[in-house]
Amino acid sequence: MLNPNLKLNEKLFDEDVVVEPTRAGFGSGLVELGEKNPNVVALAADLTESTQAHKFAEKFPERFFQVGIGEQNMAAIAAGLAESGKVAFISSYATFSPGKNWETLRTTAVYNEANVKIAGHHSGIMTGPDGATHQATEDIAITRCWPKMHVYVPCDSIEARKATIASADINTPVYIRYTRDKTPVITTEGTPFKVGKMQFFWVNENPKVTIFATGYMLYYALVAAKELEEEKIPVNVVNVATIKPLDEEGILEATRVSQAVVTVEDHQVDGGMGSAIAELLAKTTPLPIEFIGLQNTFAESGTPKELVEKYGMDSKAIKEAVKRVMRRK
Amino acid sequence: MLADLYEDKLKDLEKKAEEARELVISSLLEAGSGHSAGPLGMADVFTAFYFHILNHDPKNPNWEDRDRLVLSNGHICPIRYVSMAQAGYFPIEELKTLRKLNSRLQGHPHRTALPGLETTSGPLGEGIGQAIGIALAADLDKRKYYTYVITGDGELDEGNIWESVMFAGKNKINNLIMVVDRNNIQIDGFTEDIMPLEPLKDKFEAFGWHVLESDAHNIKQFVDTVNEAHAIYEKPTVIIAHSIPGKGVDFMEKDFHWHGKPPNADEAKKALDELRTLGGKIESEHK
Repeated sequence: MLNPNLKLNEKLFDEDVVVEPTRAGFGSGLVELGEKNPNVVALAADLTESTQAHKFAEKFPERFFQVGIGEQNMAAIAAGLAESGKVAFISSYATFSPGKNWETLRTTAVYNEANVKIAGHHSGIMTGPDGATHQATEDIAITRCWPKMHVYVPCDSIEARKATIASADINTPVYIRYTRDKTPVITTEGTPFKVGKMQFFWVNENPKVTIFATGYMLYYALVAAKELEEEKIPVNVVNVATIKPLDEEGILEATRVSQAVVTVEDHQVDGGMGSAIAELLAKTTPLPIEFIGLQNTFAESGTPKELVEKYGMDSKAIKEAVKRVMRRK
Repeated sequence: MLADLYEDKLKDLEKKAEEARELVISSLLEAGSGHSAGPLGMADVFTAFYFHILNHDPKNPNWEDRDRLVLSNGHICPIRYVSMAQAGYFPIEELKTLRKLNSRLQGHPHRTALPGLETTSGPLGEGIGQAIGIALAADLDKRKYYTYVITGDGELDEGNIWESVMFAGKNKINNLIMVVDRNNIQIDGFTEDIMPLEPLKDKFEAFGWHVLESDAHNIKQFVDTVNEAHAIYEKPTVIIAHSIPGKGVDFMEKDFHWHGKPPNADEAKKALDELRTLGGKIESEHK
């Protein structure tokens, strides 16, 4: 069942569940930060409205910088602002930032320990009809390999707002991953959020499998868990909203009973959240793992629903992965 | 307005620049790797910055109102380290640790390793964007400091440079002064053979910048040019500083092969002899 202690959305499994893009949480969180902290500044690269940075730009024009279509320059300017005491948020599509400007960020923000927050939008195949050029499916891999980095993937618009706000209190660069399309709102204002802590969203006393999910894919994992319960297969579903630093203790505890894992993410399976979990378990308690995500392929144009089906990432695929991993125990 | 540069002080600066060149050669010899031509070529400019132009306090490197000097072409950092040591940021003795394990003097500058560096640099084209960010922060915080950024000329091949140049031109950032080390060489050869930059002045003007030029080895002229740049407040200013790579060491001058390598012991001795005799004008006491 849904964890009763987390005040999750009771209407989550209803037909008319509220849907919102996680980028909306970035827009409102950034404005809230702007009100609270005069040192917060924002930069955008010709995608101000699409990334929802326009709300900040309208409210705090003197603290907003339009850089045009130049993500490398945006990263460097943000580093300069951060070197001078500002908390600098840069926003673009994740394929461009932290994609195109990866080395600039590596040198001027990450190695340089400058307080730059990277908001990567249009992540995953959820970007849909724009096609694979605009679907960032490697961004977790290329940011979580950076030393001391923080990487957050919020599961819905509410958690996205909380993650955005929390990132400003972290004194290192943070990468936060947002999605374009509307996805179900899983949490409520009352759901606790803490950087570096995973949470059980679906609980069972005697789980056969632990499903670790990140981002909006958590919804598909929860639907799978509910359907598996009807098939008398009890599982736990864990929301891994912080991929770095990974909640190592929490993850080990979550797998103690189940001894089998399925990871679920809208990202290449190489180097993503599933890889992070696998690295940890390989070092501690090796367990069978099945990875849901893009399998050595780019996706294509299509609706998000069509794409998660075609690329084996929907609830049906998750349920099959659960059954596969149970056979491997 | 910078303080007047009287004859006595100018002579003092010229001596400091000469000493800086010696320290560059001895640091590179000790390190066993690193770049020779660029640091020697920028010795006069760095001396002018650290001993006349910059409003700074070596004992308080994080002073909020200090002028910022951003080095974009981080590979010429030996001259920056030398100037900083001469100015009192750290002991001259520490120059011997350049590029060695546990040193604050990383092969390319790392901001958090050594107070006073302002940025981490080495990968090219990233200094001017950071300098813009620092200059924007000055405006937001209503501070009066200047932000100077030194770039190489080969570095101007990088596309991100022009993203930044475009931004500064559009936003008329007037508390930012860029200095291009126009030494005409890059690793693979002469800039005009590898990827022509000329007409460089026209390029910057087309992007909305005010362009000044100076001899990078005439400290008086360079200081005067920076003074002139301070008087331009309707747009950003770039000073194209014409320098001789390897300046002061005859066999290194104007030779791109010295871009990325240090002298060996014999070459260093020859270089130091030449520097210490001011090109044979005085007798060396070190022979």
